[in-house]
Amino acid sequence: MHALRTVGALTAREILKFVRDRSRVIGALAQPLALWLLLGLGFQGTFQPPQGAAGGYGAFLFPGILALVLLFTAIFSTISIVEERTSGFLQGVLVAPTPRTALVFGTTLGGTLIATVQALLFLGALPLVNLSPGWLGVGMVVAICLLTGLAFTALGFAIAWQMDTTRGFHAIMNLFLLPLWFLSGAMFPAEGAAPILRVFVWANPVSYAVSGLRHGLHGFADPAATLAGPAVCLAVTAGFAGLMLALAVWEVRRPFFRP
Amino acid sequence: MPPPAVDIQGVAHRYGEHQALRDVTLQVGPEALYGLLGPNGSGKTTLFRILSTLLPPTGGQAEIFGMDVTQHPDAVRDRIGVVFQEPALDETLTVRENLQFQGALYGLHGAALHTRIDALLHHLHVADRADDAVEDLSGGLRRRADLARGLLHRPDLLLLDEPTAGLDPAARRTFWNAVRRLRDAEGTTLLLATHLMDEAERCDRVGILSDGALVANGRPEALKADLGEETIWVATESPRLLRDHIEAQFGVATRIVGATLQVAPADPPAFLPALYDAVGDRIQSATLRRPTLEDVFMVHAGVAPGDDREHALARTAEPSD
Repeated sequence: MHALRTVGALTAREILKFVRDRSRVIGALAQPLALWLLLGLGFQGTFQPPQGAAGGYGAFLFPGILALVLLFTAIFSTISIVEERTSGFLQGVLVAPTPRTALVFGTTLGGTLIATVQALLFLGALPLVNLSPGWLGVGMVVAICLLTGLAFTALGFAIAWQMDTTRGFHAIMNLFLLPLWFLSGAMFPAEGAAPILRVFVWANPVSYAVSGLRHGLHGFADPAATLAGPAVCLAVTAGFAGLMLALAVWEVRRPFFRP
Repeated sequence: MPPPAVDIQGVAHRYGEHQALRDVTLQVGPEALYGLLGPNGSGKTTLFRILSTLLPPTGGQAEIFGMDVTQHPDAVRDRIGVVFQEPALDETLTVRENLQFQGALYGLHGAALHTRIDALLHHLHVADRADDAVEDLSGGLRRRADLARGLLHRPDLLLLDEPTAGLDPAARRTFWNAVRRLRDAEGTTLLLATHLMDEAERCDRVGILSDGALVANGRPEALKADLGEETIWVATESPRLLRDHIEAQFGVATRIVGATLQVAPADPPAFLPALYDAVGDRIQSATLRRPTLEDVFMVHAGVAPGDDREHALARTAEPSD
């Protein structure tokens, strides 16, 4: 009961912080929107959709943009941990008689909800790309959003916990956040890519999130450019989220100041 | 007899090659205000991390109300409050939101929590700013809001790690007045880490940390009285030479304390002119005064002239830190 109260308070704090910081709300939406419009309109005439795929590049890119919103909002919701761990706020949590695991779950749950709501706001653009997922499809999208958000807030937590400066956090993020997205089948279908790239796409957990979003957004109409069926996509994404949560919990339970 | 609030037995800590604490033993009784005085890097913060259960010591043991800090951290956390060097508040939230958050960490909720928050904010004179975001508050108000955070769950022991760092003298006075009102109201035991002598003077007992070792421990008046009553304090470039000279010529007891020489004749005011007549050219200044806690620190820490600990303690905080 006590631990749940801590989780609730931490989740509420994340959401309050996000809502109060308008630049974060706008930045998290404007950047992917601009990217989608630029790439979608730019490749409109030259992109050849894989056989059987409906719509232009804008429609193809749409699930990938949702994934991009998720990745960035989720990861960067944890950047404040770097400073709060060294400055005092989180030390105040650590000297309270509440389990440290609750710290991980509260923080990641807050970040996950923020990322999911941001991604779902993007669904407002669905009529523009002629996609009609249906209620079941939206359910699938929500499930993938929650699991991907959980995975990347937990990953962000685990990295932020190790960092002494936000500069270091940015450096690590840039090192692998964008490659993870580029190699997820979000920008180009894996079937058409060079064999070496295809291996990376298959090994990348984000690919299954993007494929899962494709299934959902097309209303399970067996869309092209998916790596696996909806169930496998959900299972891989859930497994990845579990792994990242375990990593964050393992880290936070180690002694706070290393001897 | 109830166990002491703090019981530290032979605690040592080492970070890699660096020995941060050496065999520290001390007790703090209930309802006392105990001051841990020492310059930066003397081991105060390490000791506080150990007592607040964030760092297991590499040697010895520390108990809070009879409970070992490494074996029963949750039981210890229930009884302590901690005020860190930096306020542990979320700046984007209001004071009240911060305290409600803190309440959840201690399992407090509902009307009881509300009443407690209101009472604390009233006591600490923060009530009229309770619904302002912390980032809009002055340094002094932030510190008092943070003090409310540390006291929210009525801890029996409050650890204060340089709680007035960066405050101007007026804000520091307000902070200490607030602490005194709360001590009177709740009887909390306080353990204060500071490098400011005027803060240490307020304490019932003072322990002096130097280079990780506890070099003195007692009531401030007693520690000062050990160095004698009113004596002459001579600032000079060559304390050793001057000491030899004075001892040879007058046969008066002297002691080198940092860069100054303490001269303790039978009748100090009468001795001062004679001293100037004899060695006036070597004296930069000579003062007639009682020993201070800084002198106590210098004597016990064995600070030699030119040692970088010579000016490690501040008489009071600089107006703007």
